[in-house]
Amino acid sequence: MDLTYTEEEEAFRARLRAWLAKVLPTLPARPAAADWPGRRAYDAAWQRMLYDAGYAGLHWPRDAGGQGATPTQHLIFLEETELAGAPYVGANFVGLLHAGPTIAVEGGSEQRARWLPPILRGDAIWCQGFSEPDAGSDLAALRTKAVRDGDAYVVTGSKIWTSHAEVADWCELLVRTDPAAPRHRGISWLAMPMDAPGVTVRPLRTLAGSTEFAELFLDEVRVPVGNRVGAENDGWRVTMVTLSFERGTAFVGEVVACRRVLGALARTARANGRWDDAVLRRRLGRLSAEFTALWRLTQWNVSAARQPGGGVPGAGGSVFKLRYSHARQELYDAAAEVLGAGALDADQEWVADRLSSLSYTIAAGTSQIQRNIVAERILGLPKGR
Amino acid sequence: MDFQLGPEQRALRDGMRELLAGRFGRERLRAAVEAPALDRALWRELAEAGFFALRLPEADGGVGLGLPEAVLLMEETGRALLPGPLVACQLLAGAVDGVATGERIVALAETAVGPEPGAGSGLPPGAGAGPYPGAAGDGPLWEHPADCDALITLGDAEGADPVDQGRAAGAYRSAATDVLCAPFASVDPLTPLARITGIVRKTPLPLDVPRLRREAALLTAAQQLGSAARTVETAVAYAREREQFGAPIGSFQAVKHLCAQMLVRAEIARSAVYAASVTEGVLDVTAAKLLADEAAVRNARDCLQVHGGMGFTWESDVHLHLKRAWLRAARWGGVAAAEEALAAGLIA
Ligand SMILES: Cc1cc2nc3c(=O)[nH]c(=O)nc-3n(C[C@H](O)[C@H](O)[C@H](O)COP(=O)(O)OP(=O)(O)OC[C@H]3O[C@@H](n4cnc5c(N)ncnc54)[C@H](O)[C@@H]3O)c2cc1C
Repeated sequence: MDLTYTEEEEAFRARLRAWLAKVLPTLPARPAAADWPGRRAYDAAWQRMLYDAGYAGLHWPRDAGGQGATPTQHLIFLEETELAGAPYVGANFVGLLHAGPTIAVEGGSEQRARWLPPILRGDAIWCQGFSEPDAGSDLAALRTKAVRDGDAYVVTGSKIWTSHAEVADWCELLVRTDPAAPRHRGISWLAMPMDAPGVTVRPLRTLAGSTEFAELFLDEVRVPVGNRVGAENDGWRVTMVTLSFERGTAFVGEVVACRRVLGALARTARANGRWDDAVLRRRLGRLSAEFTALWRLTQWNVSAARQPGGGVPGAGGSVFKLRYSHARQELYDAAAEVLGAGALDADQEWVADRLSSLSYTIAAGTSQIQRNIVAERILGLPKGR
Repeated sequence: MDFQLGPEQRALRDGMRELLAGRFGRERLRAAVEAPALDRALWRELAEAGFFALRLPEADGGVGLGLPEAVLLMEETGRALLPGPLVACQLLAGAVDGVATGERIVALAETAVGPEPGAGSGLPPGAGAGPYPGAAGDGPLWEHPADCDALITLGDAEGADPVDQGRAAGAYRSAATDVLCAPFASVDPLTPLARITGIVRKTPLPLDVPRLRREAALLTAAQQLGSAARTVETAVAYAREREQFGAPIGSFQAVKHLCAQMLVRAEIARSAVYAASVTEGVLDVTAAKLLADEAAVRNARDCLQVHGGMGFTWESDVHLHLKRAWLRAARWGGVAAAEEALAAGLIA
């Protein structure tokens, strides 16, 4: 049990901090949520800056274009960028945090060379085409089909809730390649170019008013067989790798951000007099314990990932995601208390965050599904009927 | 940074788990429920295993380990529901003769609330005698009074040298026979309690009281963690075995979700407790105690629910976990104080 960072790690932190102090003041503000092309350009430019400075794909293996840094260095990166208020990963989320890592683990060398460097440079934005109108929590019920025709799959079906689809270049797409096989066995994982003929994107409006996700309609889209990651019909296993990245590591930086917000809330409450309300004060105090513990759990998980065989985050990610998603909602509910009437102002930063926090117990697997995973995969309780 | 347990830490924990399984298994536990006098032989065995002298320097006959190791051992005692003033004896092994070797047993009590006995009487501090104001209903509690050779009280730094505030002052030692008590029916059958009504004689002890309080809170939190982890296992084991509607109840989602939330609580508490043992920060300890109390109490309740009617019986051990968790939660700072302290930390 050791929470001290090595000299090398501290040197890395100091270098990163100095770099952030130099570049962050030069950045303009991130465009508003309504301006997706503007956001894409902004997020891509930030990724390019990270790439040029040697901070892109820190923890990815070197043969995948990464820096081969330790998970601890990656942790320091996430902590420092959040503390400094660096731009959010934004449109790069899927590419950097789960499609990329999946390709790094499961992809062939040509696939890695083709797809990973553009993700790291910010040249390629990815989206995730897993969910379908009739296959959300029950992902294995997906029906979008892919029929082999020579050296291509012909894909027909539809996807829903696809984040950043409007601005994405690539989609990690789950398709059914064997309709006769048991449902988990006939699925394949494809990389689909979003500009292929037959792809239609129809933006959906979120409750926050933005078009952060979309519906995809796929009408006989030809995807080369060489774009398949993993074996044909072995897509479910690859998907589990993707999902464990999504749940295991994708929210790390956000915990730091929440701790920062909590401090800001307390100071605001002190300034506007709401601090005198003991009930509110105690809520903030409890949240402080929550986010401190979530950060410690993150450090624990990152340390576990360094143990042998710890490359892909385990089901422990679900433990984290469960507590974190609820704590985040409580945080922004407390923010509403601090804001008073300001909590009804949709343009207020914390109000927008409060709205978006509502998705955390749904996206990336609902809380109910996470509890099933914890119960069945960690605690070994029998599968339900 | 490597926050995982090291190989020696794992071995220490496993050794303790084995020792307790052998010496304080289910039968012994249930026997203790009927006759809660402490097992002095076991106490000395713990001492021989280095439990009390764990943190004393090797030069003084100790084991020379630190707070993280003490936390791991305490977690095991919490799992096993081992009774006794273990936290007090761990903390006072270097300060009171005979405690390190298990010959003497001492308990800790907070007397800071309300004026010290003898205050305003003109007597020098430590020589005070007399009842606590409102002692009939409100004096501090003393664990295992019949088993203790001495009681260490932590009071205000009354009369202390202002330069030495919080260090030399505040801790006093009294022989068990010098403590006046009123009977108290403890809710936890494994932890007899008495209410302290007055102290005839007390001697100042040169201890760092704020530090003692912090470490007592942390070690108590570690016991809560052990209990919380144990009740998850107990609930899961029962849920796999017990059948209703022709299937194990653990296949029903409502039961599954109770168990999953129990694990989440225990793991969150574990992260907080272990981290606080490394940083020793006062807010880290406060957060750890808050989360561990919650995990122990709520997990015991959920465990009881998973056991159905069986959970409500004296036969099942679940109530023992719940009652002990309540007792520990009431010690070393309650919920309100912890939340207030953490809130203050946000704007400090
Ligand atoms: C903001 C946001 C962004 C998203 N981005 C993407 C994306 O980029 N790509 C993508 O593929 N998907 C994305 N999703 C989809 C997300 O993964 C699904 O919404 C989620 O898995 C739930 O599926 P569903 O919406 O069909 O709800 P349903 O599965 O219909 O669930 C409805 C309710 O039933 C409950 N339920 C369902 N099954 C069970 C069960 N077995 N036991 C107990 N309760 C159950 C659920 O918990 C929920 O409360 C996104 C969702 C959101 C909100």
